Amino acid sequence: MSETLTKVVVNCATGEQSVVPLTAEEIAQREADAAAFAAEQAAREAAAEALADLKASAKAKLIAGEPLTAEEADVLVL
Amino acid sequence: MANMIPISTIVLASTSATISFTSIPQGYTDLLVKVSARSTAGNGSYLAVIINGSSTSFNSRVLYGNGSSAGSYAGSGNDRQYAGYISASTSSTSMFSNTEIYFPDYTSANNKSFSSDSVGENNATGVEMGISAGLWSQTAPITSITFDIFDAGDFVPYTTATLYGIRKY
Repeated sequence: MSETLTKVVVNCATGEQSVVPLTAEEIAQREADAAAFAAEQAAREAAAEALADLKASAKAKLIAGEPLTAEEADVLVL
Repeated sequence: MANMIPISTIVLASTSATISFTSIPQGYTDLLVKVSARSTAGNGSYLAVIINGSSTSFNSRVLYGNGSSAGSYAGSGNDRQYAGYISASTSSTSMFSNTEIYFPDYTSANNKSFSSDSVGENNATGVEMGISAGLWSQTAPITSITFDIFDAGDFVPYTTATLYGIRKY
C-alpha cells in the first residue's frame, strides 16, 4: 500500500494546525516540478563541467604554446 | 530598533510534502522564517517557496559553494523559487539543514523581494551552502507562505519551521 502524501498547514490567526492529504492535481504538479528541476539541474551541471573542460584545454594549450580556439580564448579573457 | 516576534511554529510529526503558514497577520513590518529541514530524497534537495499559493512570477539569483567549487546562477524554470538547501536522507544521521528567509515590507503594494541564507548540513566535505536574492513580481500583500521541495523528496519528521514577525520602531 502506498503512503498518502500530506501537507501541513498552520493558520497563523487561530493557531490551528491541520494535516491535509494532497489532491491528485497537487501530486501530479509536484511530480512535474521534480522532473523539470532534475532536468534543469542536469543542464546546469553539464554547463559547469563543459566550462571547466574548456578552461583546462585553454590552459594546456597556453602552456604548450599551441593556438587557442575562439571559445577557449573567451574563457580566459571574458 | 526591531523586535522579532514568533508568530507560529510547525514541527512535523510525520513525513510531509509541504509546509504552509496561512492567514499571516498583516501588522508587522517584515517577516522572517527559520527552517530546519531534512528530505527523504537521497540527493541534496532544494527548498522552494510558494507565496499566496502562487508558483509563478518568481526570479532568483543564487551564490553557492560546496566542497569542490563555488559559483552563481540565475534561476530558470521552477528553480526561480529557490530559497535554500535541504539535507538529504544520505546526510549524516540526525543532521538538518539551516535556512533563514527574510521577506521585507510584505504588506506593501510593490513586488515582493526576499533573501535567503542556507546551509545543507552534513558531516562531509560536499555540503552545499548558499545565499540568494528572490523576487516575486506580484503586488498583493503576503498572506501565506508554503515551502516545498524541488527534488522528488518530502520533509521528514522533526523538520521545523518558525515564522517571525519583525516590527520596527
